[in-house]
Amino acid sequence: MMTNPTGRLTQGQFSFLPDLSDAEITAQIAYGLAKGYAWSVEYTDDPHPRNSYWEMYGMPMFDLRDAAGVLAELNDCRKAFPGHYIRLMAFDSTRGVESVAMSFIVNRPAKEPGFGLVRQEIDGRRMRYTVHSYATDQPEGERY
Amino acid sequence: MNATTPQESAQITDAKKRYSAGVLKYKQMGYWMPDYQPKDTDTICLFRITPQDGVDPEEAAAAVAGESSTATWTVVWTDRLTACDSYRAKAYRVEPVPGTPGQYFAWVAYDLILFEEGSIANMTASLIGNVFSFKPLKAARLEDMRIPVAYIKTFKGPPTGLVVERERLEKYGRPLLGATTKPKLGLSGRNYGRVIYEGLKGGLDFMKDDENINSQPFMHWRDRFLYVMDGVNKASAATGEVKGSYLNITGATMEDMYERAEFAKELGSIVVMVDLVIGWTAIQSMANWCRKNDMLMHMHRAGHGTYTRQKNHGVSFRVIAKWLRLAGCDHLHTGTAVGKLEGDPLTVQGYYNVCRDSYTKQDLPRGLFFDMDWADTKKVMPVASGGIHAGQMHQLLDLFGDDVILQFGGGTIGHPQGIQAGAVANRVALEAMVKARNEGKDIKVEGPEILKTAAKQCGPLKAALDTWGDISFNYASTDTSDYAVTPNAA
Repeated sequence: MMTNPTGRLTQGQFSFLPDLSDAEITAQIAYGLAKGYAWSVEYTDDPHPRNSYWEMYGMPMFDLRDAAGVLAELNDCRKAFPGHYIRLMAFDSTRGVESVAMSFIVNRPAKEPGFGLVRQEIDGRRMRYTVHSYATDQPEGERY
Repeated sequence: MNATTPQESAQITDAKKRYSAGVLKYKQMGYWMPDYQPKDTDTICLFRITPQDGVDPEEAAAAVAGESSTATWTVVWTDRLTACDSYRAKAYRVEPVPGTPGQYFAWVAYDLILFEEGSIANMTASLIGNVFSFKPLKAARLEDMRIPVAYIKTFKGPPTGLVVERERLEKYGRPLLGATTKPKLGLSGRNYGRVIYEGLKGGLDFMKDDENINSQPFMHWRDRFLYVMDGVNKASAATGEVKGSYLNITGATMEDMYERAEFAKELGSIVVMVDLVIGWTAIQSMANWCRKNDMLMHMHRAGHGTYTRQKNHGVSFRVIAKWLRLAGCDHLHTGTAVGKLEGDPLTVQGYYNVCRDSYTKQDLPRGLFFDMDWADTKKVMPVASGGIHAGQMHQLLDLFGDDVILQFGGGTIGHPQGIQAGAVANRVALEAMVKARNEGKDIKVEGPEILKTAAKQCGPLKAALDTWGDISFNYASTDTSDYAVTPNAA
């Protein structure tokens, strides 16, 4: 159990709010589509804060302009990986941006053990810090 | 002295007369050229000038052009050894400032050759050098400038830029949240780190040193860095998010600043901070260091109010923001419009545009006089800090959009239930407002209701709204755009 005020991983745009319903997720997808973004579904069982590369559940859906279609992809992913973290990401290809424009978590494991902080004491009073995920002590696929 | 000759208002084209020893009017010397068509490679400055009584505005504009480029008080024959026509800045347009008797807008163009490549120090030594002390003017203000692509491309700009910053943080689609550690002065390193940990664990993305926290007797800088980084890393583990705290490396010398920056890097900080008062050369040096060390550079604009706030004299902050984007910083304090510090909302939005635009369009209500192509210069993340609280979230999101850091110092640390609760209140208010906006709600109108609804499921937000809900700072701004009846100010 994580001890921050939400008791869970707080990455993404909406982790401090109650879980979004499918209708609420659809509204966010529609907002992104109206902006011209391409949606992508990604999942992982290694939510380390610096793990940029969650697994892609298929490629970004550049040509899918229908919010219900994106939600259907998400629900397929949820079926395949019910105990993983899943996030929706929107990519903006505008010159000068060309990066992620939105990202929020839409599926979580039942238990979120979180991370420990490993302190390596070095010379003087200096310290090297490592954020260590408890879950990744287990092999991939057996973590949650 | 030729002051009474009939030629006094016209440029003297006969070289022998032009360069005979003595004193000429600036207009006679060629600094006033009403027919001049600025080149794409020219830098164009818009000055607001207040000539002394009896000084002709065109002559005053010519004097500004002269004193900010080649002129001295008397004719010198050595001009004739040079291609002096191209070194002379050219005043080419003067208009009265609408509704402000005695003040004039003057447009002045500068050739590309006049400024050293990639040097804000060199450019500013001309543009705001002698000319601002020049006796025939009661006052002068650099209102705005168009920097040409040809000169922009000689600057490296922000070390990181807001797009890459978001990728490093893995935080997208919402403003970032921060808080300045309070009290500003007196906390020991250990006590200070406590505030950092609580704020970040509670839900903020960044904490911040204040501008005047360097290395005073109550807290040596190394102590601060060590305790702060323990708080940052503990909070990162507790939340699973990348967190940061702006470690202020401002010091007495460059050597001090490099030493502090290196220590911040060794401890794994993602960001360092400097104050504007360190000066342009030091800023560009620290930007180089940050670029080399994958470090975000936070800029606190300490001191700017001494020259940006009064409309008749100084340098507008929109110009300072342009210089800082070129000199290279990743975060820049640009005002809140609704908080405790000076700032008319439209004028403040103009500063935000300067930080974030790919191409700045002329926008007179926002004080932007020129179209300006930023030529793919990285973007600066604006920072809204000073007297803002969760109850204003709808206004802040509506005014500034997603690419901004909202800093609630008092609004986090002063929360009646503690620092973590303060952070929760701000984060919940922010996420609820972003979500509602994306769902198509008109947050300007429905904002207070959206906050109230979110507060039903969030005690800390309810307590924040109960404490600060009605607090606002409604004073008249001293720096507003005088655009109202300005004719087409191209």
